[in-house]
Formats: sequence, C-alpha cells, structure tokens
Amino acid sequence: MSQTNIGDDEVDIVIGALHADLTSFLNEWRPLFSRFHLIIVKDPDLKEELKIPEGFNLHVYTKSDIDRVVGLSSTAINFSGYSCRYFGYLVSRKKYIFSVDDDCIPAKDNKGLSVDAVDQHITNLATPATPFFFNTLYDPFCKGADFVRGYPFSLRSGVTCALSCGLWLNLADHDAPTQALKPGHRNSRYVDAVLTVPAGALMPVSGVNIAFNRELAGPALFPGLRLAAEGKLRWETVEDIWCGLCVKVICDHLGHGVKTGLPYVWRNDRGNAIESLKKEWEGVKLMEEVVPFFQSVRLSQAAVTTEDCMLEIVALVKERLAALDPVFARAAQAMADWIKLWKAVGSGSGSGSSPSNG
Amino acid sequence: MAQPATPVTPALKDDLDIVIPTIRNLDFLEMWRPFFQPYHLIIVQDGDPTKTIRVPEGFDYELYNRNDVNRILGPKASCISFKDSACRCFGFLVSKKKYIFTIDDDCFVAKDPSGKEINALAQHIQNLLTPSTPFFFNTLYDPFREGADFVRGYPFSLREGAPTAISHGLWLNIPDYDAPTQLVKPLERNTRYVDAVMTIPKGTLFPMCGMNLGFDRELIGPAMYFGLMGDGQPIGRYDDMWAGWCAKVICDHMSLGVKTGLPYIWHSKASNPFVNLKKEYKGIYWQEEIIPFFQSVAFPKECITVQQCYIELSNQVKEKLGHVDPYFQKLADSMVTWIEAWEELNPPTKAAPAAQSNGVKKDAPAPKPK
Repeated sequence: MSQTNIGDDEVDIVIGALHADLTSFLNEWRPLFSRFHLIIVKDPDLKEELKIPEGFNLHVYTKSDIDRVVGLSSTAINFSGYSCRYFGYLVSRKKYIFSVDDDCIPAKDNKGLSVDAVDQHITNLATPATPFFFNTLYDPFCKGADFVRGYPFSLRSGVTCALSCGLWLNLADHDAPTQALKPGHRNSRYVDAVLTVPAGALMPVSGVNIAFNRELAGPALFPGLRLAAEGKLRWETVEDIWCGLCVKVICDHLGHGVKTGLPYVWRNDRGNAIESLKKEWEGVKLMEEVVPFFQSVRLSQAAVTTEDCMLEIVALVKERLAALDPVFARAAQAMADWIKLWKAVGSGSGSGSSPSNG
Repeated sequence: MAQPATPVTPALKDDLDIVIPTIRNLDFLEMWRPFFQPYHLIIVQDGDPTKTIRVPEGFDYELYNRNDVNRILGPKASCISFKDSACRCFGFLVSKKKYIFTIDDDCFVAKDPSGKEINALAQHIQNLLTPSTPFFFNTLYDPFREGADFVRGYPFSLREGAPTAISHGLWLNIPDYDAPTQLVKPLERNTRYVDAVMTIPKGTLFPMCGMNLGFDRELIGPAMYFGLMGDGQPIGRYDDMWAGWCAKVICDHMSLGVKTGLPYIWHSKASNPFVNLKKEYKGIYWQEEIIPFFQSVAFPKECITVQQCYIELSNQVKEKLGHVDPYFQKLADSMVTWIEAWEELNPPTKAAPAAQSNGVKKDAPAPKPK
C-alpha cells in the first residue's frame, strides 16, 4: 500500500491502445488498475473495434474525439501510434498520470512478489526528489534508507518530483541496433532502487512505463519529434526521448525533480529489431543532434512555468535545429501548437500559468 | 563488452595496492584472505607508533607508523592527519602501483542475495577497468556490466564513455550515516542490496565514503588527499568527503568518470554517535558553505593535469572559504604541501626513491594460490 496519502481519485491511468484487443492486457493489470479511473485512447490508425473487458472505470477516446477536440487547430500534431496517449494527458483532469505500453504486464520483484507499479510511481511522485546532491544510498525517503554522511542538511527537504521513470524486465527498451546485435538479450536484473537524476544531467526517458505530475510535466509531454517512417514499435520512434529531454531541462530550470528506477514492468517480446532497423533508423542518427542541443539549452529567468519554458525551447529549436532536418522544424511547430492546445483544452487542473509570450 | 576473453585471475595482481589505515589490529584480513592474499598491502598505522600491529601470516605488506611518516616526509608530514583514518592517504602517496583499493578494518566480506560471498576487490577492478558514462545518464545503469547495455535514445557518439577514475562501493549492515541521523535512528541497518553500478553524472557532487573505495592512482591520485582531521584539528569525519568533492570537480574538468554502487562490504562497527557528533559538529555548518563553493568551482583551461587543478583548487579554497574559518587557510596550505610531497615521491620520469617502511616485507608462501 502507498505510504503516502494520495487518493485514488487523484490518479488517471492513460493507455494508448495500439492493439485492438486489450482483454488480456487489462486482465493482467486488473488487480492494480481496478480502483483507478482509466483513459484509453485508441490509435487513430487502428481500424478494428477495441475489445475491453468489463469491470473497469474507464473512458475511451477514439479518432473522432481527437478530431472534435483538436479539430484543425494543428497540422503539426499527429496523434497516431504511440502519440495517441498524449490526447489522454490533454483531457485528463487528475493530478497524477500513469502510462504504460499495452504490451507490458505487471512484473515480479526479486522475491517473486508482484510489483504494484502504480503504487510505486505514486510514491515516487508524492515524495521529494533530491536533484542537487547525489545520495549514495539512493532514495533517502525510502523505508530503511536515509541521507548519508556528508549530505548537506539544507538540501534534505528536497523538491517536488515531476516525473517518475520506471524500468522493464525481459525486453528492455534498447534501440534497434543494440537489440539486433544481441537478439537473445533480455533484462533479468532487478535493481531495487529509486534515485533522483541529478540536476544538470540529462537522460533518455522511455515512454514505456512512466508517471508524472500533470500540472508540472503535462505541457512538456506531447507528440513532438515524429520520425518520417515512425512505426508501431518503440524501436521505430524517439518521440518519448524528445519529450523526456524537454521535461528534464525544464525541471532543472524550475527546480523540480525526476526520478528513475522502480517500478519495473514486464515487457513482452514483440517485433523484430532487425526489421525495425531496416525500416527506421533515423532516430539513432537524430540523437546525435538532439542530445547536444538539449545539453546547451539555457532558459531565461522570465520562464517560470512549464509552458513558458516550452515556448523558449521552441524558439531555440527553430534557431538551432530546424535547419538541420525538417523533422525538427515540425517538432518546433508541434510544440508551439501543443502549448496553445494545452492552454485551451488541457489547463483544467489549474496549471496557474502566468501570461506567456504566446 | 569489456570482458576479457579468458578470465585473468587474480586481476591486476601486480598493479594494485590495498591501503588499510588501522589503529587496532588487522584480524579482519582473515576473512578477506581468499580475495586479498595475492595483493600487496600498505598498512598505515595511526596512533601510538610504539604499538605493534600484528599482520596475519601470509600477506605481503609494507607498514608505516607515524615515525615513518615523519621520517619520509620531514616537514611535509604536517599535511598527514594524526589520530584519524585520514592518514590513509599517506599510503596513496607512497604506493607505486596504478590502482589503489582502500578499506577500513571494520569492513568484512558481505554476501549477495544468493548467499554468495562478494569479492569486493574484483568488482572494484571491474568498475575501474570499464568506462564510465558521465555525459548522459543511462537508465539501465552501468552499460558495461554483463547483462546491461545502453538504452534507446543514448547517442552512439557518447557510448565510448570516459576512463573511470574512482569506484565507490557501498555497505550493508551499519550504513554510513552522520551523527545526527545515527542518534535519531540508532537501530537502522542497511539491508537493501541494490544490484547496480552507475556513473555519477558530470557536474554532480556526492559524499564519497572512504571505507570501501577504489581508484586509479595514475588518473586521480594527487586529488585523493584526505585533508587535515583528527588530532589538533577542529573537525573530523570529513576527510573522505573533502577528498571526494575535490576529486569529483577535477574528474569533471578532466572528463574522468566516477562510479558508485557495487560492491557491498559488510560494515560491522557502529562508531559512537556522540563522539561522532563532536567531530562532525563544525563540518555540518561548514558544509553549507563548502558545497556551494564546490558547485561553483571552475578551472582555467591552463589546468591540464590533476596536480595543476589541485593547486588551483587550493588557491580558490583560500580565497573563497578562508573567511569561513582559519582552518580553511591551513587546509589550503596543506593541500599544497600534499602536492609537493606527491611530486617528490612520484617524480614523473625516473622511479622514486623507495620509501622505507617499518614493517618487514613478508612474501606470501610460494606457490601462490591461482
């Protein structure tokens, strides 16, 4: 059970349905999901009807909902494939969101006990993060741990955690070349730790298993960097990596935290890395530009909300990346459109954004 | 990836010294014998030099007491702490090896969750011999460990990593808490085995504990000075912290990596929290100034060696921390003395004059176990 006092009604579980038949997926997660409200967003490209088992408190959104809400307000934002979940983030009104890919099931820890991923993510988000100094015993707010000798006392209250990045057993989230090189490689190592990613350090955020504080991170999680041949396997995307870098840079600027580590989910084997590599390898190349770009981003003192920060990043993307590849110019446009959309449709939970430059 | 095709055991036998500060006895070595016996030990005997420290049979070692420290360093001996485990850095100074592993005499062999005894030294060696990844955080931790790799989104151009300068191990049982935490939680024990090694990102500071530590002496040795602590000093239990902060900012400047995590040792002895509180008291306040200082340290590009960085750091300590307490002026001076001693004992070209120890160099009985 959660050691925090977060109510179940403060959480939405948002699932992007890339597969029509969600029966086995939802049944596997039933013990952990049944007490929460679910938002299921159907991939607009999916033709078949969704199959959803009974007994859940949920809301389903499809292409027609997306078209109705978003309408013609953006040509740059594309909700197809993995990006369909962002529509769920837009329409949610809860404080915390948990998202997991529909090819994952609950994992077991190294004692063989079932991992309550939702509970762990909520705990991560509801306890402080410690980005300004590394604690060698990892999360000091975890039971049985604490700050170590030498950790400055003034930094021990920590900051709000905006994003909680979980991990994966079995099929880890490697890129296609890495998985193709070691096709039999599976992750069996259960690392029993949550830690805060230090301020100033960037990392690749995988969308497979994440949770976030909607007010703080929501405006920065959106369909942005879309590859030309983007597909329905994570190997054929980098959109989540782009968002994660936005979130981290913004958190570092605003003084929020990002945690990584527990919880694990079990990621089912799916697809073929070599086939994906043949189809879409642009993402790997683009990272060479994307990472140095985000490492060089400096936001102004005037940017005091996530939305403000996003707009400054848009300007920087236009200035420094757009010329390198059209995919970046589209990303910048998508970001700008997203912020408009977020303010118009998404700000229901009271993001309290100060007037921006627009 | 970085595993040799045929395992080489014991790894780095002739390239690594084990430095152990002690004031009591070295009985703990019995438990470590299977892992340590092939290696050369440097014992730094703190406290009363007339006391004889018994080293278990079969170990190859040098032993230095305070008289040796004074004899070898002369007036420069003032930089080596007395009545504090900070004296261990004397062992780093006189070693001639590329790698150092240092461990406290109340640290024993731990067991992993499967019940297997952990060869902490072998893990440190593995950590030091494989690259670090300080420029971008890998969410699956050390990608060079067997069973791990870089995650999607990790740029290929950063996958070569950086040379690892420091390997920081952890402790099961008695955790390394400060005195206030010990007083509040006297019964807390660390029972969580976190099966990870990870690189501490560039630009991030951490509290480096000296009780289970490995490092590449050639890469970072001159920065591993454990400061002025103990007898005659206003502060204690910040020796390793100080070394860690200095070493980390220098590693960041020189693009060297620092790893933390495995291996675990079993820390058996909880020191007296009231005694600790007295030692740490000033440190707890001074830390609040020290940390922002280190967070803002910048080295001019002319500083291209560790020694140059360290001297520059000593100047900045004097300039920016001198106002906090006169102790920092003394500390800055001793940092310079340390570098002078380092240069003298570790001249760049020819072999240094052998530092004559007190202890008999005992060869291990032949044939050595393979």
